[in-house]
Amino acid sequence: MGSSRKIEIFVGAFVLVALLAFLVLAMNISNLGSLGSDKGYEVTAQFDNVGGLQPRAKVTLSGVAVGRVTVISYDKESFQAVVTMKINSGVDYLPSDTQASIYTSGLLGEQYISLEPGAEDDVLTEGSAVTLTQSAVVLEEIIGKLLVSFTTKD
Amino acid sequence: MVFFANSLQGIGAFVLNSLASLGRASLFLSQVLLGIKDVLLRPQLLIKELYSVGVLSLLIIVFSAIFVGMVLSLLGYVTLVDFGAESSLGVLVSLSLIRELGPVLSALLFSGRAGSALTAEIGLMKATEQLASMEMMAVDPIRRIVTPRFLAGFISLPLLTIIFMALGIYAGYLVGSVWLGVDEGSYWSLMQNKVEFWHDVVNGVIKSVVFGFVVTWVAVYQGYSAIPTSEGVSRATTNSVVYSALAVLGLDFILTAMMFIN
Repeated sequence: MGSSRKIEIFVGAFVLVALLAFLVLAMNISNLGSLGSDKGYEVTAQFDNVGGLQPRAKVTLSGVAVGRVTVISYDKESFQAVVTMKINSGVDYLPSDTQASIYTSGLLGEQYISLEPGAEDDVLTEGSAVTLTQSAVVLEEIIGKLLVSFTTKD
Repeated sequence: MVFFANSLQGIGAFVLNSLASLGRASLFLSQVLLGIKDVLLRPQLLIKELYSVGVLSLLIIVFSAIFVGMVLSLLGYVTLVDFGAESSLGVLVSLSLIRELGPVLSALLFSGRAGSALTAEIGLMKATEQLASMEMMAVDPIRRIVTPRFLAGFISLPLLTIIFMALGIYAGYLVGSVWLGVDEGSYWSLMQNKVEFWHDVVNGVIKSVVFGFVVTWVAVYQGYSAIPTSEGVSRATTNSVVYSALAVLGLDFILTAMMFIN
């Protein structure tokens, strides 16, 4: 039975190494270790323009990632974009007058949502809406405004 | 007119033959899957095959993972450094290995290393009438020979793919950070920000599960249906590798389109 025992040891080691590699992939390489993926509560926010915001973009609080954008849709009643985001359940202390703004990380980086806490005592919970929003900055709009201000100067 | 009829007949015969062999392969697959419970009752058979199919493929998987990771990192660096974006090197290496290269390259290597061996082994057993003599002894050759090999391949490939991904990313880190001097912190932290466990890692593993199923199915079917001559076995081995490679590449496109387009 000597060779059979050796084979079993090799197979055991093989499976163990693969499980270890999977653990590394889960904890060290993907964001499972840093971001709770499914636990959290969802809030919505309406924007005039979401620019290049994508689902799964970061939601940050003073630069700290506290959630992700889950769905981006369009509301035909208010003619605005509706962004649904999932915020980690640990962050349950956001005042209800929190402001949400869409910023760009770096010069050409991806867009993310930055939350700025307000002063109310009520907090955001599952299903609440963020009413104070600031749309994404679109480069063409700025250039357009700039041109207008240049031409109307004198 | 005769030429037209002949070519039409050729097309028809080709389609009918393809359909017939697909049907035979599916019937064969259902018989193989029916034998799983017998194999699970005698795990000794499965462990022996896991050794010859999985453990012995480890060397080529480890070797190519290290080199693919290193080359990817090197080429990615050369391109990214022009834009000052070399800190995204980790994202580039990890996403391409996890989503695409890990599953596909492991499956292609696996079909060359283990799939061809399975085909040749089963085909030779058929050519030397070992399968027929088993049947004479009332031992079902599918349950005794084919099912353990099929299960072993189906289990091994995802495990090998996971090892491939992790090793490739570390090899990329060695070249990118240790040798070329990309900041270590940004290599890992940007990677952790961009790589999603459920969306990327799990989908990559699902791909490799599908590939493992298809590659071993093709391999054992080609071996079992080989013409029992030396020429037939050699043709079956070639077919096994070629068909698995085509199936893997075709399926990979479909799976990628389903998983990663949004």
